[in-house]
Order: sequence, then structure tokens, then C-alpha cells
Amino acid sequence: MSSVVKVGMADLKTVQSPGILTTLGLGSCVGICLHDPISKVAGMAHIMLPSSKSIKNNKNIFKFADTGIDKLIDEMVKNGAKKRRMISKIAGGAQMFSFSTKNDIMKIGERNVIAVKKILKEYGIPIKAEDTGGGHGRTIEFHSINGKLIVKTIGHGIKEF
Amino acid sequence: MDSYLDIDKLNSLVLDVLKEIGNIGAGNAATALAKMLNKKIDMNVPKVKVLDFADVPELIGGAESLVCSVLFTIEGDLKGSIMFLLDINSSKTLVRLLMDGYELNNIDDFAKSALNEIGNILSGAYVSSLSSLTGLNMKISVPSLAIDMAGAILSVPAIQFGQVSDKILIIETEFLEGSDNVSGYFLLVPDYDSYDVLLKSLGVFNHE
Repeated sequence: MSSVVKVGMADLKTVQSPGILTTLGLGSCVGICLHDPISKVAGMAHIMLPSSKSIKNNKNIFKFADTGIDKLIDEMVKNGAKKRRMISKIAGGAQMFSFSTKNDIMKIGERNVIAVKKILKEYGIPIKAEDTGGGHGRTIEFHSINGKLIVKTIGHGIKEF
Repeated sequence: MDSYLDIDKLNSLVLDVLKEIGNIGAGNAATALAKMLNKKIDMNVPKVKVLDFADVPELIGGAESLVCSVLFTIEGDLKGSIMFLLDINSSKTLVRLLMDGYELNNIDDFAKSALNEIGNILSGAYVSSLSSLTGLNMKISVPSLAIDMAGAILSVPAIQFGQVSDKILIIETEFLEGSDNVSGYFLLVPDYDSYDVLLKSLGVFNHE
């Protein structure tokens, strides 16, 4: 059995093959999985907010899409991955509660997904798969050996990407 | 104000005041529940904790455990949101108590609307006691119910609070009716600017 490394909220981890990364109960947060198919280094970040720029409490760089993805790429490169070979798979960004108000914070999942896609595009990292939006939570598992992403839900089945 | 508010550094007076608010709010909620059920409801002394967000799902059985939650936004002098959280067994117990023996295996639509109503009444009682204690005007929105993984549900207040702090104040209340007990959690998440409003209204200031 390969070891499973847990990624918490506002956290990121990298593993070498055949390690597996997992994050439990993703809601409006977004899980970003990066993989280098040659070195088989995999990384996962669990971000909560789109940008570190508009917020006073921004010391925790793992919390934001911009600083979190920067750091994730850095860590993967340190572990032998090459940025130009990286591919990505993303999941999460759900809207857990429906409100009719135009409260920005309720649409945070959608904003997180938009921010993540924009940043990955800026880095030129292709998004090979995504399972985002909706109104349900997700547990994700990312396999460094082949870059497979498994998404588990309660009541919405299991998907493989 | 040059630094953001750090709930971890709240002084003990402020923490005591917040605990007391939790106590009174939960007490009112228990009274409301007793009236609704027409049964005697006991309540354990609420536990007030300041936790890292990452640790909150553990309190209720882990990030993947199924939980029921009702979320409200608060508008008025104090802005923010309030979440009432129950594990799935407690939710079933509550529905059974309310519907006098209605047995359910899954949370169906009927149970959902009952839980929505329970959440509404409990949170209303909680907020009105907070409002009369502080003299601040507060209104709660129509409730929104979600039943899903604890981690996913808690990401909502975590994100909202994440703009202010990495910690959250959580109030655990346990309601008892005969041999049935229902553990519920209230999470009060004031908006950034509202923290000061709340503390000032109570005559406490968080200056070190």
C-alpha cells in the first residue's frame, strides 16, 4: 500500500510516486492538484480564498489561490518536478448554502474557481480535468503514480478523472 | 487599528463576555425548544471553545461525517452569520421529538423542513437574546439548510471568518429530553467590522 498524505484546510503537500494525496470534505474551497508525469511528483493545495491582495489577514499564504499556487509550484520544483511538464486537475468550489441575497461571500466557491483557473493559465499549466461548482461537498484523492483524481461525495457518487 | 483582530489573543475578559453571550443565547434557545416540543428540556452548561478551523470538523466526527446545518445571515447593527450544526443522529432525534414518534431512516424532505424550522426558532432565540443583551439591532435571514460532509459545510464559516482569523469561537450546547440527548453547536461569525461593534456594545475593549 502506498502512503496517503492528508492535506488540511489552507494547507499544501507534495509526494513522490507512489504516494497519494487526499483532502477530506472540500466545500467552497478548491483543491488544486498538480502532477509532473515524468518525475511523478504530485502536489495538492487546499485554498480558501481567491486572492491575498484584498485582505488584511494574509499571513497564511496557503489560504489563498494566488500565493498558494505559487508555493505549490515551488515545492514541486524542489522535489524534482519541472514546471513546463506540469498538468493540473481541480475540484471543489461548491455553493453549500443557497441564499437569494447578493452576498459575495456566499458565491465564494465560484470566485475561488475563477481565480484558480486564471492563475493556472498565467503559469501555462493545462487543466486536464475539473469537478467544480454544484452544492455538495467532495473528498478528493490524487495519485502520483498516474495523476488520477478520484472525487467522492455523499449522494452524488464517485467519479474518476 | 494597524493589525487585524486575532481571536487567539482575545483577553480573558472578552472571552468571558463571549462565553456569557453563548450561555444566555443557548439558554434562550433551549427554552424555545421546550416550548415548541412541549417537553421539559434540560441543558448542559455550554462549552465555549476557541478552535483552529482545521480542528472543528473533528469535534463533530471528522471532516467526512454527515452533518446537518442551518445557516442564517445577520443584518442590522451587527452583521455576520450564525450557523446551527447537528450531527445526523441528533437531527433524527430532534425530528422524532418534534413529530412525536415520526421514524425516519433518511432525512427526507419532511424532516428537512422540520429541521429548518427548528434551526429557525433556536437561532432566532439565540439572536434575540444577543440583541437585547447588547442593545444592537439584528435581524436574521431566511434559513438555508445543508446536509453534507462536516468539512464542506464548515468551509463556509471558515472562509468567511478566514478573512479575519484562523480561529473560530464555537459554542457547544447539549439539550436533554429524558434519555434522548441532542448535541448542537452554534457558530457565531461576525463580520470583520462587527467584532468591535459587538464588544463595544458590551462595554469591553480588546486592548492589550
